Parts: sequence; C-alpha cells; structure tokens
Amino acid sequence: MTAASLSAVVADESHEENPWARAWRRLKRRKGAMAGLVVVSLFVLLAFFAPLVAPYDPVATSWSAVRKAPSWAHWMGTDEVGRDILSRVIWGSRASLSAGLVSVGIALGVGVPLGLLAGYGGGWIDSVLSRIVDAMLAVPFLILAIALAAFLGPSLGNAMIAIGVTATPIFVRLTRGQTLAAKVEDYVEAARAVGNPHWRIALRHVLPNIVPPLLVQASLAIAGAIIAEAALSFLGLGQQPPAPSWGSMLNSAQRFIAQAPWMAFWPGFAIFFAVLAFNLLGDGLRDALDPRHR
Amino acid sequence: MLAFLTQRLLQIVPTLILVSMLIFGLQQLLPGDPALIMAGEERDPRVLEEIRQQYRLNEPMPVQYFYWIKGVLSGNLGESMRLKSSVASLVAEKLPVTLQLAGMAILVALLIGIPAGIVSAVKRDTAWDYGANLFALWGISTPNFWLGILLIFLFSVTLGWLPASGYVSLGENWRSSLATTVMPAFVLGNAIAAILMRHTRSAMLQAMSADYVRTARAKGLYESRVVLKHALRNAMTPVITLGALEFGTLLSGAVLTEQIFSIPGFGKLIVDAVFNRDYAVVQGVVLVTATTYIVLNLLADLAYVLVNPRLRG
Repeated sequence: MTAASLSAVVADESHEENPWARAWRRLKRRKGAMAGLVVVSLFVLLAFFAPLVAPYDPVATSWSAVRKAPSWAHWMGTDEVGRDILSRVIWGSRASLSAGLVSVGIALGVGVPLGLLAGYGGGWIDSVLSRIVDAMLAVPFLILAIALAAFLGPSLGNAMIAIGVTATPIFVRLTRGQTLAAKVEDYVEAARAVGNPHWRIALRHVLPNIVPPLLVQASLAIAGAIIAEAALSFLGLGQQPPAPSWGSMLNSAQRFIAQAPWMAFWPGFAIFFAVLAFNLLGDGLRDALDPRHR
Repeated sequence: MLAFLTQRLLQIVPTLILVSMLIFGLQQLLPGDPALIMAGEERDPRVLEEIRQQYRLNEPMPVQYFYWIKGVLSGNLGESMRLKSSVASLVAEKLPVTLQLAGMAILVALLIGIPAGIVSAVKRDTAWDYGANLFALWGISTPNFWLGILLIFLFSVTLGWLPASGYVSLGENWRSSLATTVMPAFVLGNAIAAILMRHTRSAMLQAMSADYVRTARAKGLYESRVVLKHALRNAMTPVITLGALEFGTLLSGAVLTEQIFSIPGFGKLIVDAVFNRDYAVVQGVVLVTATTYIVLNLLADLAYVLVNPRLRG
C-alpha cells in the first residue's frame, strides 16, 4: 500500500460517520417517513400547546350551538351539547398521544429488561419468560386489553396500563431475539474477556446495539396503541366524559350520524392521520436503520 | 409428520395452562372485595356469601384456580351473573354469528388482498404498485370502528341501500342476512386485506425472481401463465400461513364491528359482559378466543408442513 493510499484510508476512518447521523441522512431521503415525521411533530405541538391553540374550552357546552354544521365560528362544527369539535380534537390529541407514549413506555420499560434477562441469562429464566410471552401473545391484542381494562376499571390511566401490558410481550420477544444474536458477537466476547460483569455487558454492550430494532418496533407500537386507546375510549373503557378523546367523540358521533355527520368525520381523520404518520415513520426507520440497506 | 405433530401438541400444553392462569388471574385485578363488585347493586349479605361460595372466594387462590380449571376442562366455563345462563351455552349461541361474519370478512380480504398483491408485484414501481401500497397503508391505519360509521353514513343514511344495524341469520332469510352482514364483513376484511396484500406482494416478488420462473419464461410461456401458475402457486404457501395468523386481528376487530352494527355475536357478548360486570363471561370468552387462536396457529403450522414437501419427513 502506498503512503498516499494509506493516508487516504486513515483520513476516511477518521471521518467515519456516526451511525445515528447516517440513519438520519437515510431517513431524510424517504419522503413517506419525513411526511410522517412532520405530521407526528404537528400532533405533538398541537397536544403541547392545546390551551393556546384551541379556540374554545373543550368541555364548555352551549345550548344555543347544539349540532351546528361547520362554520366560521366553529370550523369543524359542534357536537350534541354544543361543544366545539375543533377544540375537542385538539385536546383529544393529548389523550391519544399520551396513551401512545405512556403505554409504549410501559411496554419498553418492562419488556426490554425482561427480554435482556431471558436472552442474556438463558436457562430456566428464559424458558419461563418465553412461555409466559407465548401465553400472552395467544390472546388477541385488543381482547386482552379490553379484559384488562375491564378488570382494572374504566379510566384513561387504566387503559394506558392495559395497552402497555398487552404490548409488553412483543418487546420481550424482540429484545430476547436481538440479545441472543448480539451475545455471540466479537465485541461481547471481548467485553467478557476483559472481565466485565454480566450486568455491565448486558447494559453497556448489548443494549446499545439492539436499540435500532426496538426503536422501529416502538414507533409502530405507538400507532397500534393510539388505535387501541381510541377503541377502548370508543367502548367507554378509556377516557371518561366529558374529557375529550378521539375514541369517545366517535362513540357519541355514532348516535347522531344522520343529523350531524361532521361529528364523526374529524376525530376519525385525526386518528387516521396520527396512526398513518407513526406507521410511515416506523417503516422509514426500519429502512434507515436496517444494515441490509446500507 | 407424526413426530412434528406430537412435538407441537406438547408445546401448546404449557401455553394453554399459562393462558388459563393469566385469564383466571385477571380476577385478582378487581379492586376491593370481588364478591361486592360481582354483586353490583346487590348488598344483601346472603347474596354476597352465595357468590363467595360459588366462586370459592374464601379459599386460597390456587384452590380457586384448581376448581375453576376443573370446571373448564369438563366444559363448565361458569355462570353468567346477569343472563342467568351458562357461559358455555352463551358462547355456543353467539359463536356461529361471529363465524359467519369472520368467514365473509376472510372472503373480502382474499378477494381484495391477493389480487392487489399480485398486481403490485407484477407491476412493480408503477402507478399500480403505488396505488396498492397506498391501499395497504390506508387499510392498516384506518380504525375499523370509524370505517364502520362512515359506511353506515354512506350506504344506510345517505343512499338507504343497506340496514344500519341488526342481524338476520342465514337460515332465517339469506338475502336479509347478507344485507345485514355485508358492511361489517367489509369493515373487518379491509384491514386483513391490507396485510394480505403486503404478504402477497413480498412473496410474489421473491417468487418472480426464482429460477423456475426464469425457466418458465425461457420456455416461451405466456406471462399470465408464468405469474398465475408458476409464481403464484409457490408464493401462496407463506401467504396462507401468515394470513391464518390474522385470526387475532379478526376477533379483535369483531368486538368493535359487532358493537357498531349491533350484531349479537361473540364480540358484543364480551363488551356487554364488561359493562354488566359479568366477569365469568369475560373470562370464558377470552379463554375460548385464546384457545381457538392457539389451535388455529397449530393448524396453520401443519398446513405449512403439508404443502411444503421440504419440511415433510
């Protein structure tokens, strides 16, 4: 190797791109993912600044404005007790996004440590945890969430717990599989050879390397959790009236579909766009973080 | 084949035991005295004691579970507190309704999902492909309870073509039965069609690049024959297996769909039970659902082995 080519290699290595910067660069090239990211950001902003953005109090009733069609005063119309639908959709984004984030947070918080334990520890712990995961995955997602929410009692908090617990086994299984693959890698062998304790290897060496697939699954799980929260609220097991939630808005809209169809349009569109945005972002992240696409 | 079947059957036994424990354990989540909650408005001490006796609430939990599972194994899923009828007979009464709906939904999913997947793979990177992918994204992101409400608005309220709710059984009047179930079946089938489309597309893309497809083309066969006879046949195996796993989506979807269209099936049974605090019904329905799901997964695995000669032997 000549001195010039050697220096070129050294220079190239010194400029090696951070993996996250590379993933971001690839993500930016995907129009669908970027559209998803923009819509997600808009919803986050709406939820955060709801008190400033919403034109009316979302729970204030007005008997003079019952079931009014969309107009300049009420852009999305009003509901059966004269509440402004736009304000309720804006405030409803808080319930939906927080349900998505909190329940996936619960699923990650419980599922990732258990998956690491099963995958890294192996033996009987792995066998027991894997059988429990199989058992939980044997019950269809929404049915288990409904059953849990029913026994815990109807409230937004309990709906989040029910969805979080129901989503946990997927994360246990994913983390376990990724850990099994990572623990035979050279860098884990090296960490073990220099005498690192097992907990340190699992947390400092294995975990950072399995974050990308977890991130992809988390963004897709948020989409699932938003639909699940809307479904539970639609059934009356989530956010309780008069607090606004997209699912409970659809529940009351159903009764007035002939007289006030706008009551059903907007909360449905909100759920659709939020779920679509997280799905697009998840698909984009999968492509950007997948080593096979490099 | 027999060894595979035995191995799979042995694997599902611990899963079924754990599922039953999980479902039984749900009762422990009830805040406070379960007898008081199960009794609802009733506060008569004699009634409360009766409930405690019936569910053996005074016994330790493992004993309660033992008696419960003993009953389940002999076909006794418990008694509905509200409907004063056995859970097993309620399930037997409601299941055919949901099965009709599920069967129609699968038909809708197959009729839309598979052709869309084939077209998308054959016309890759064309407007057809983009259109099919958009349909899949739409199907996966649309909440079925919203789609149901929109269909009621269009076909019942605006056009007046179909009834908005209710159910007529096939035996009673097949025309009315189809009229009452076509919208819910479309709502249920739509999401599964989107998933089937994605599976079909990816399996077809893989099959279309296989050597046997190249050979078929080299022999001068018509493209339609290459696609439908050579590629599709091989691509269908994983699609059918993966499609069978969507049974869970179907049952979850049925809960909401039956609620919207007031169809007295399995899904409505569980929702009504939740609101009437009829916990034995909730537990019974969840147990039957999970067991059916596990058995269907087993059948899907067996079907996969049967149609794939490389896995036999």
